[in-house]
Amino acid sequence: MAGKVKWVTDIEKSVLINNFEKRGWVQVTENEDWNFYWMSVQTIRNVFSVETGYRLSDDQIVNHFPNHYELTRKDLMVKNIKRYRKELEKEGSPLAEKDENGKYLYLDFVPVTYMLPADYNLFVEEFRKSPSSTWIMKPCGKAQGKGIFLINKLSQIKKWSRDSKTSSFVTQSTKEAYVISLYINNPLLIGGRKFDLRLYVLVSTYRPLRCYMYKLGFCRFCTVKYTPSTSELDNMFVHLTNVAIQKHGEDYNHIHGGKWTVSNLRLYLESTRGKEVTSKLFDEIHWIIVQSLKAVAPVMNNDKHCFECYGYDIIIDDKLKPWLIEVNASPSLTSSTANDRILKYNLINDTLNIAVPNGEIPDCKWNKSPPKEVLGNYEILYDEELAQGDGADRELRSRQGQSLGPKGGRSRDSGRTVLTTWK
Amino acid sequence: MLLTHSHTLLASPPCDAFLRLLNGRPVGEQKELLNKWNEMGTDEPDLSLFRPVYAPKDFLEVLINLRNPNYENGDSLSFRTHLGLIQVPLKVKDIPELKEFFVELGLTTGQLGIDDSTQVPPELFENEHVRIGQKVLAEQDSAAAQQYIRQGSPTALRAELWALILNISSQPEDILYYEQLKTNVIQHDLLVDSLIYKDVKLTASNDDYYFVFEDYLYQVLLCFSRDTSVLGHFAYNSASPPKSYIRGKLGLEEYAVFYPPNGVIPFHGFSMYVAPLCFLYHEPSKLYQIFREMYVRFFFRLHSISSHPSGIVSLCLLFETLLQTYLPQLFYHLREIGAQPLRISFKWMVRAFSGYLATDQLLLLWDRILGYNSLEILAVLAAAVFAFRAVNLMEVTSLAAAEAVLADLSTLKVMPLLQIFLFATVT
Repeated sequence: MAGKVKWVTDIEKSVLINNFEKRGWVQVTENEDWNFYWMSVQTIRNVFSVETGYRLSDDQIVNHFPNHYELTRKDLMVKNIKRYRKELEKEGSPLAEKDENGKYLYLDFVPVTYMLPADYNLFVEEFRKSPSSTWIMKPCGKAQGKGIFLINKLSQIKKWSRDSKTSSFVTQSTKEAYVISLYINNPLLIGGRKFDLRLYVLVSTYRPLRCYMYKLGFCRFCTVKYTPSTSELDNMFVHLTNVAIQKHGEDYNHIHGGKWTVSNLRLYLESTRGKEVTSKLFDEIHWIIVQSLKAVAPVMNNDKHCFECYGYDIIIDDKLKPWLIEVNASPSLTSSTANDRILKYNLINDTLNIAVPNGEIPDCKWNKSPPKEVLGNYEILYDEELAQGDGADRELRSRQGQSLGPKGGRSRDSGRTVLTTWK
Repeated sequence: MLLTHSHTLLASPPCDAFLRLLNGRPVGEQKELLNKWNEMGTDEPDLSLFRPVYAPKDFLEVLINLRNPNYENGDSLSFRTHLGLIQVPLKVKDIPELKEFFVELGLTTGQLGIDDSTQVPPELFENEHVRIGQKVLAEQDSAAAQQYIRQGSPTALRAELWALILNISSQPEDILYYEQLKTNVIQHDLLVDSLIYKDVKLTASNDDYYFVFEDYLYQVLLCFSRDTSVLGHFAYNSASPPKSYIRGKLGLEEYAVFYPPNGVIPFHGFSMYVAPLCFLYHEPSKLYQIFREMYVRFFFRLHSISSHPSGIVSLCLLFETLLQTYLPQLFYHLREIGAQPLRISFKWMVRAFSGYLATDQLLLLWDRILGYNSLEILAVLAAAVFAFRAVNLMEVTSLAAAEAVLADLSTLKVMPLLQIFLFATVT
């Protein structure tokens, strides 16, 4: 029983390695007996693949779910959410309620999205309804803002139209598959700049769903003033908030890295917009994260050896509505500033405390219910077992230390009574 | 008449090429500036030849050398002898007097910054306090607001409460006035503009909290330096605005103009007076009005020499006296190792702690400045910080080490510190 945890990783990042070493864990190689493997997404594919995969034993834990891509690939995420909505609609759930324009009241948190080339014709139909709109093209399998561009004319994506007719593109299309989404051209601006939110969410099990939200998320600001002007549609410094992109801008600052804490955002919004709308915004953000997890829970391989720490990207528009942009399976562990390094170090630390209790050799048969004291900067976002056990009120309270039951309840009463029953 | 140090420094400009303090802008440049009004941060002029006119530590040297020629100290040292850096005998409050003055900060009164923390159920204090705040705002009662805010302002009400206390209401003529200043900026450039750019680039642009608002800072400060209505505050400021003379007419009073037009030369860190306000006001003319009023009511006292109880000289003396009287062991120790406490705390007070505290804490502190209409709380907080870190400070053996212990105040919670120092320490 007593023995040091043996760890492996194929991601050479100090925030990881320092955390393993400070626990006195022992580094081993992948071929030896290991207990904990922090792997890249390529490696998880191999571990669980039908041909090369191997059985994990009870004392082995990995940091990804086998088919995490159901949530973290842009096209699959949208597919799963659409499916989830339709299912709720079919069972007559009040969550799937729509307004007079046919828009979902509570589940409209992903911008209108189509897969290309498969949905090309559907997309064209939608595009023609509002021809002055801007759309954003994103390759399904890439990260860090690579390959993304904006369009406002059909001619700019003509090459995807030819492909939909030919069957030989079936295999090729997974490489060149794109999603095209309605671009949110009215983002909330602060100091005239566009920003997005990066929030970390830890999932320890999908069925029952148990997830935690890291309290210390951050905003990533563009270095250039935002303008929706069509002449600047290809200026990525205006539109894409990825640090990988912004850090090449002329005005990038290495001291603060263009990042703001979520608590700064909250202070700013409460001071300038008021407490109710700010609380409502943050409640909605929590809501959409939980809904996205619920949407993929049925199709997720809920392997007991797995946990996962996701990087959620959220954009807030100028009506203070949050939109889910994407979910990252391997959020960057590179640190762009000193504060960043501290944040990511603590993130890994708190994650390990929850995933590997007491820092001891894991037993994946445990109930995955860590005591409150080890949560660190995480707070329970949603615990399906608790929610089902004691009713809605208890779950709301367990959700976060701050805007507790009574406050949370009040903001829900304004026409959204459904949200008090997160089941 | 006491001169401000800045006079002597400005008299020797960095380079002959910049002798013209004011230039009319060519029309093309005007148009460009108008287009760029909202993003001046991305296009600053060449600032490599500019240095800030003076920094807080230069100002401290001036204050240290202040003497009252009429005051006879007597040759012998006694326990009354002040061992700090300030040698001007102004009257400052002691702790009993401070307890009376700041009575609402006492242990039995609810405070925002203490009694609204997550462990405390909001029914105990916070909800009622918010309700009262809303009532005060509804009745637009400025005096009640000032009394109310002594216990701190809820974040959602703060912008309106400050405006009420400062008597700022955005009338059309105020907006027009601001637009007029903006036009002045577009049409003329001032030498002092470069100082402003330099200051923002050196301070706020690198700040984790305020970098987002860089462009607002230019908009406010460039207008501010052209605002001649600010000259009005010299009626109660014992400093006087620097003068310049039309070319060729040196010494002829008819040809004297105040320079810059508002009479205020920005020093290193000046933009940090504006930065925290950007969390509250995002409409430029309102932000401008609030800042201007904060300046002519409070901030000017932090960088001009006077005997006023909220003037920087009194604050320094208050700080040193509190330390020497109530933390004598710490004070003597620091003095012995060549780390006069004021050398460390001076920059905090001159900036009203902006850039040193986390923003939410800073705003709670500035609530009390408005509530008590006094800056003395800055000196009390400075002393409370030293008291809080006393154990570590007793172990240091150099000024540099002492600075290191006090380098990072960003995790401090100001209200508990103040409360403990004033009301919970055995004196």
